[in-house]
Order: sequence, then C-alpha cells, then structure tokens
Amino acid sequence: MGMTHIVDRRLNGKNKSAVNRERFLRRYRHHIKKAVADAVQRRSITDIERGEKVSIPSRDIEEPIFHHGQGGKREIVHPGNKEFVAGDTLPKPKGGGQGQGQGQASPDGEGMDEFAFQITQEEFLDFLFDDLELPNLARKKLKDTEAFKYVRSGFTSQGIPAKLDVVRSLRGAHARRLGLGGARKKKIRDLEEQLAALKSAPEDLDAAFSHDDQVQALEEEIARLKANVKRIPFIDEIDLRYRQHVKQPKPATSAVMFCLMDVSGSMTQMHKDIAKRFFILLYLFLKKNYKKIEVVFIRHHTSAKEVDEEEFFYSRETGGTIVSSALKLMHKIIESRYSPSEWNIYAAQASDGDNWNDDSPVCSKILSESLLPLVQYFAYVEITPQDHQMLWYEYEKIQEQYPQSFALQQIADPGEIYPVFRQLFERKAA
Amino acid sequence: MSDIIDRPNIPDNDQSKAREPISNSSEWTFDLIRQYDEEIAKCAEEFGLDTYPNQIEVISAEQMMDAYSSVGMPVGYHHWSFGKQFLSTSKGYQRGQMGLAYEIVINSNPCIAYLMEENTLPMQALVIAHASYGHNSFFKGNYLFRTWTDASAIIDYLVFARHYVAECEERYGVDAVEEILDSCHALMNYGVDRYKRPAPISAAEESRRQKEREEYQQRRINDLWRTIPKMDDDDDPVRRKKRFPEDPQENILYFIEKNAPLLETWQREIIRIVRKLAQYFYPQRQTQVMNEGWASFWHYTLLHSLYEKGLVNDGFMLEFLQSHTAVVYQPPFDSPWYSGINPYTLGFSIYSDLRRICENPTEEDRHWFPDIAGSDWVETLHFAMKNFKDESFIQQFLSPKVMRDLKLFSIQNDDQEDVYRITAIHDEDGYRALREKLARQYNLSYREPNIQVWNVDVRGDRSLTLRHIPVDRVPLSKETEEVLRHAHRLWGFDVHLESVDEGTVVEDYHCPPKDQDEED
Repeated sequence: MGMTHIVDRRLNGKNKSAVNRERFLRRYRHHIKKAVADAVQRRSITDIERGEKVSIPSRDIEEPIFHHGQGGKREIVHPGNKEFVAGDTLPKPKGGGQGQGQGQASPDGEGMDEFAFQITQEEFLDFLFDDLELPNLARKKLKDTEAFKYVRSGFTSQGIPAKLDVVRSLRGAHARRLGLGGARKKKIRDLEEQLAALKSAPEDLDAAFSHDDQVQALEEEIARLKANVKRIPFIDEIDLRYRQHVKQPKPATSAVMFCLMDVSGSMTQMHKDIAKRFFILLYLFLKKNYKKIEVVFIRHHTSAKEVDEEEFFYSRETGGTIVSSALKLMHKIIESRYSPSEWNIYAAQASDGDNWNDDSPVCSKILSESLLPLVQYFAYVEITPQDHQMLWYEYEKIQEQYPQSFALQQIADPGEIYPVFRQLFERKAA
Repeated sequence: MSDIIDRPNIPDNDQSKAREPISNSSEWTFDLIRQYDEEIAKCAEEFGLDTYPNQIEVISAEQMMDAYSSVGMPVGYHHWSFGKQFLSTSKGYQRGQMGLAYEIVINSNPCIAYLMEENTLPMQALVIAHASYGHNSFFKGNYLFRTWTDASAIIDYLVFARHYVAECEERYGVDAVEEILDSCHALMNYGVDRYKRPAPISAAEESRRQKEREEYQQRRINDLWRTIPKMDDDDDPVRRKKRFPEDPQENILYFIEKNAPLLETWQREIIRIVRKLAQYFYPQRQTQVMNEGWASFWHYTLLHSLYEKGLVNDGFMLEFLQSHTAVVYQPPFDSPWYSGINPYTLGFSIYSDLRRICENPTEEDRHWFPDIAGSDWVETLHFAMKNFKDESFIQQFLSPKVMRDLKLFSIQNDDQEDVYRITAIHDEDGYRALREKLARQYNLSYREPNIQVWNVDVRGDRSLTLRHIPVDRVPLSKETEEVLRHAHRLWGFDVHLESVDEGTVVEDYHCPPKDQDEED
C-alpha cells in the first residue's frame, strides 16, 4: 500500500486554542472582572493566590441561530417502545412541560443555564489588577541604573594581578613557546643528526673535505640555534590573561512593603480585617511586579513596635494613639535595613483616623521631610464611616504637595476595599 | 502461556505467518500502527473501498481538544466562540464526562485522521479502520461530497481564510472583525446553496479574484441603489410592483454579500469566507447517519476480517468489541441517557441489515427489497453509500427488521390537543409510515425553519424582508429577534421577518423593534 503517511504531531502546535481562549476571556472581561472582584471579597486571605471559577449566564454567551420554537404539530420517532400501540394517547404533563431535556443539572450542582469555566491564577491576578499600575515605577527604573552587578565576560590581556588567570596564562605561554621554538628545535635535531653522521663516517683523505671543518661549522650553528631557543622566555607579558568582568545595570527586583496599622482601642477587629485585606491586595500587586518582596509590620498605639504578621493582625491593645511613633520607626528601619538605592519602598497605613491632635502636624512633617523622599508610594486608608479628624486634613495637604507619591482614601465598609485599592493604584494618564 | 511458548514449528511457512497476531500487547508504537494500517488497508482493498491517501497524525489529548473546538478544522480563523468551545470541551474532559477517543477526520486530500496518544493499540486500530478507511471512502464516494466539496483545496482555503481574517483584524481592529463574524455565524446555516452546485473553492483563485471583485462589486451595488429613478420606471405599474429579488432567495448570506448597500469590501469578503465554510460543512450535516453508519460498519467488518486472518488475538477483539458496543448503543426513549436517535446506531443497523438482506434474505426482505435481496452485498452497500443523503437513504433502505430491532415508534405532539398520540409503531401497519416520518426528520429543511429573502424596498427605506414558511404551524424560537439583530448589522437598514402560513402573516419580527403603539 504505502499510501498512508503517519506523522507524530505531539510535539508541535500545542495550545492552538490559546488565542481563541484569550478572545473569549476578552469578550467576557466584564463578567470575569466582576467574578474576580466578588472572589476577593469572599475568599480568605491565605488562598487568594489561585485561579477562580467564573460563571456566565448562558443567555449572555449564546450564539443565536434560527430555530423552531415550541408549538404547532410535531411528530417525532423514538426508539425503545415497550407497550405502546398505534392510536394510544398519553396525557400531557401539566404546566406545559416540554418533553425531555429541561431543568437538567450537572453532577456538581451547576445549573445548565450557567456557562462555568476556570481561569488560571495568572489570569485571576491579571483581571484583579487590570488597569492598575505601581505608581512611580518608571521613575524608579531610571533611577535604578545606579545599581550594578558584575558579571563574568571572558578574558582580557590587561588587568590587575588579583584577576590573573594562571592556568590560562601558562597555557598561552606554552603555546607561544611551541610556536616560536618548534621550527628551530627541529632544525637543531636535523643538524645533530648530520653531526653524528659526520663523526661516525670514516675520515676523508682529501684535506679539502676535512670533516673537522664541517663538524665545527655544524657545532657553531647548533650552538647559535640553541642560544636562540634559550632566549625564548618561559612566560612573557603577552601570555598573561586576566578574568574580565563587566558592569551590568541591575534591574530593581526587590521591594519592601511597610504595613502600618493603628491598634489602639478604637480599632475593632472589623477595622483590622478591612485593613488586612487591603494589605493583602497590595502585597499581591507588588508580587506581580517584583521578584523579591519583604514585608515589615509596624503597629502602634501610643508607641510603635515592629511585629510579626500574627501579632500585627490579632493582638489587642488599649489606649490612645500617636501616629508619628510608627512613622518614626519606619524611618529608622529604612535607614538601618532598606537602602533606597537598592529597595523599592512602599507603605500602606491603615487607621481609623484617631490621633492626638498635637501629633498630626508632627506626622505631616515626618512624612514630607524624611519619608516621602525615600519611598515610591505611600498610601493611607482611613477606615471609618465617620467624619474625618485632624490627621486626615493634615494628610490632605501632603497629597497636594506630593500627588505623585502620596495618596489617601476612605473605606467605610468591606465592599469598598477593592474599589478604593483600584483608585489608589489606578493607571494615571501620562 | 505455555501454549504460545511451546508451539511446535509449523512447516507450512505461509500459514504460520498468517496465524501470528501482529502484536500481543496493547501498547502502541509507530511501527505497530504502520503494520496495522497496512493490514487494514489490504482488507479494505479486498472489499473494494476506494479512498483518498491517508495521513494519520498522532496527537496528545490537549491537541485533540484543540481540534474539537475548531469544529475539526485543522486551521481556522480566530474567534471567541472557538475559545468557548475549548473551555467547555476541556471542562468535560477533565471531569471525565467525555472521552476523546473518537475520532476526528477531515474531508481533505490526503484525508487527515487523528489518533490520540493515550489510546491503546486496539483503539488506534479501530480509529484507523473507522476514519481512514470508513469515513475516507465515504468522502470520496458519496455524491454530496463529490458535488459540493473539493477535498484537495480545503486546507489551502482554510489557510487563506485564516490569513485574510487576521489581516482584517490588524487593519480594522479585532472588535470590528468579531462583530461581522458573530453576525455571519448567526446566519451561517442560511449561507448555503441547496440546489445549485457552487464554484469550487481555491485559495489562489480567491486571492487573485479579490481585487477584481472589489471593483466589480461596488459598481454592481451602485447600480442597484441608484437613487435617481429612470423616468419610465414609475410609469410602468408592473415594474413598480416587481419585488427584488424577483424569486425568493434561500442563501441569505449570499444575498447580503452581493446586495447590502453599506458593507465595506473586506466585510463582504468575510461573509464570503463564512459562506464557503458553511457550504463545505453542508454535506456533513445531511449525511450524519449514513456517514457514521458507514464508518462504523467498516470498522466492525475490517477488524473482524483481521481476526479471521489471525492477525489479532482474542484480547484485542474483546477490547475492540467493548468500544464498538458503546459506540452503537442506543438508549431507549425513557432512559436518562436518551438524547435522540444515535446516528451511529441507526446507520450501522441499516448497513448491517442491508448486508444480511443480500446474503440471507427472508420472505419479508424479498417482498420489501425485491431488487436487493440476494444481490452482491459489497456492490449494494456501495450503491447505498454513494447515491443518497440521510433522508433518502432512510426512505430507501430502512428495513422492517431494523425498525423492530430498535423498537421505533412515532409520537405526535399537537399544541391544539390535550394528549400526545402514538401514530405508528414497529408493526405491519406502521412500517411505511414510520419510515417516512423518520426520513422526514432528517430533511434539513424540516429540521431548520424555512426562511428566505423575500423583498427589498429598493425605492423606499431599503428595508430587507425575510419570509418564514412554517411547517405544521411550528413557530420560530425566542432567539429569532437576536438573529435579526445580526441580520440588521449586516444589512445596515431595517430588517423584517414575517411568518406566512397559507398566505396570511401569522407572526412578524422587526429589527429595530417596532413600537407597540405604532403597531396598534
């Protein structure tokens, strides 16, 4: 036969449907975005980093075509008759049931009138942070060309002794010696053979052909060549090889995120939960942009303390509030551990707006004079349905001065976390 | 085991060869697939199956899902609906609701069939017999495929279409192209010529003609829509009354492509592409029972003939028969698994019974099929495969025995009655009626509403009127208005649809919708 061509296609053309899948997600992005936003509200914090099941009402994704509707007179042939004979009549079900196929449900309880599918974690995050960007990311990238790292880049003939590569240099010297001395050494060997032959040959009677002259000439030549060879240095300057390193700009891949929270008596667990979700969003968002992220938790009432995550969110405190204590501590930590030339610094502060009135101008001063020059972005969220207090108004002034790196928003209930987060990080027109 | 190991040498060389199975394990290799294919090809030749050359492609499950979601087209333009298809296919597969073993085969020359790597060797052999020899010979032999599709040109055309659509996306934006495609898909079933033979498709020709068409088309459309009427037009009452088009047009997409006033050239080209694809798939829609039945009959027959030659062992046959039985299983109407008549079952039963009628006819067969009973079965089956479509095939060859075996009965649901009526069953009085009813069920124009282009108000508001002729008072579905919106997008002016039963308009649809007040 030989007509058949058998092809192994397993290795090529996987994921042919990727574009079509992407088209589908694109078309239904509004549905998916909504599902993602709902999921953020619903999910516990620890499992936010996975895909999500999205359901779209079937009627929204139907592709309509001309069909027959219900009604009229129809006759259909079916298989599997058991007891019917021609002329039998069967009562119609009440309520106008239309035969089989209605009201089916799939095994996992998903309604048939929903089109459900899974989006990946990556797609989930993309939809979550769609249209958002890290403020000042571009500026930091430019600034960051100050950070370099050295990478190996072959060898060079000039360098400092510390970078001398001994093996490579000696190898070069050996090659050079072979190259320069090889031909002469061969010549020496040839002449020595001639000399030996002469010496062993019987003396010629003719004085004009005396061997002594020839022997002497040969010996002189050999000596000259040997001296020549000896002058070839064992190692020469041109043999030296140094390891070469070049400077490469190091991209900003690490970020530190400061979480500042008021834990004074006026902050209830509900306030803290809202703050927590807000911090989580920020963390995920940073994670999308940076390889390495460190998180620093600072809580404060009248004094500030760096704590671990557990203590940050769940320990209870009482008493008053001095916000500036947290800002001071943050500044101290930056100075000791997070040099702004190597770290992208982000901060999110959550509070119910309560502060000792005398302290608010202090906060404002610390922020504008020492913190804001160091950080990429400082976001303040005030979790309160009530009227603002002194701190808010102080912060408003700062926002006017530093619209690029400072922002503030108010959250009254959990439903606003995500929209507020979006507002804070919305991509701004260039 | 010992039986196999201690087998004494049989002196007759030929016979010992024939008694040796090709393989004893169910793991496949490329070499084994080749050997099976060669042996199946020999059997196919012995039965006179005439095929295109085969191309068998081994693919992964993921690739099979890709293939499923592009309606089996090996290359297709991009569209979200294929992505939707992919999502639901992969969901079904991951949940185990759906096996992917069966079979995708492309009506092309060479005929491309896919084998999934996860399958066992007996399954691969089954798919080869089913697709590469069954479907393949059907594509090459059946008159509808011979008349309406061009197997040697389809792949090139698909590539051309994909490039053209991609180019449009680049030029006019993904959204604009998607809109047109959505609308075309809504009318795709009404983008075929049912009776006249279409021009063969060719990618090269399409590209070459595109430019020509561009100029010509615009000229044509300008003529049609010339706004200044010629003097004598209005004087002639006959002319004034004349409809445009003069005769109703069944190919709605074609009519729009050629006559819609506002479409840009690339939009007409996209309509044309969808139309051509609809035409390519049209024979498949009309021959499902025949085609699947034919392929199932031949995988059954060819693998049995391998078994008779001693080329496959009992274990192979058991596994094969298990799959075969699952494929041709027909759940009864009252089973939770029932979803209509299984085309594999019906087709397989008819062909198998045809063979029986040829080889072992009964009195009944001689009465019902006087020309066929006792004839050469291979010849008769080929005749039946070549010259019919589902409707006429059932009308011609559905035997009383098959109706009895499947226990067919027909039930009537008339919305003017309070009860369902059993109108015929598998008995002497019912056979002819049943056969007629079942045949009609496979008539596309009975399955799909009969809708045609009726009139364009050339001199007035340029509105397009479609006309629906209901059969047995069956109305249009709720989706109709949605479809009209797509028609409206393509046509560019008002679109009306009237259901006209015996000369009276029983229902009408409009896009944009008519105001209630205005209607009253």
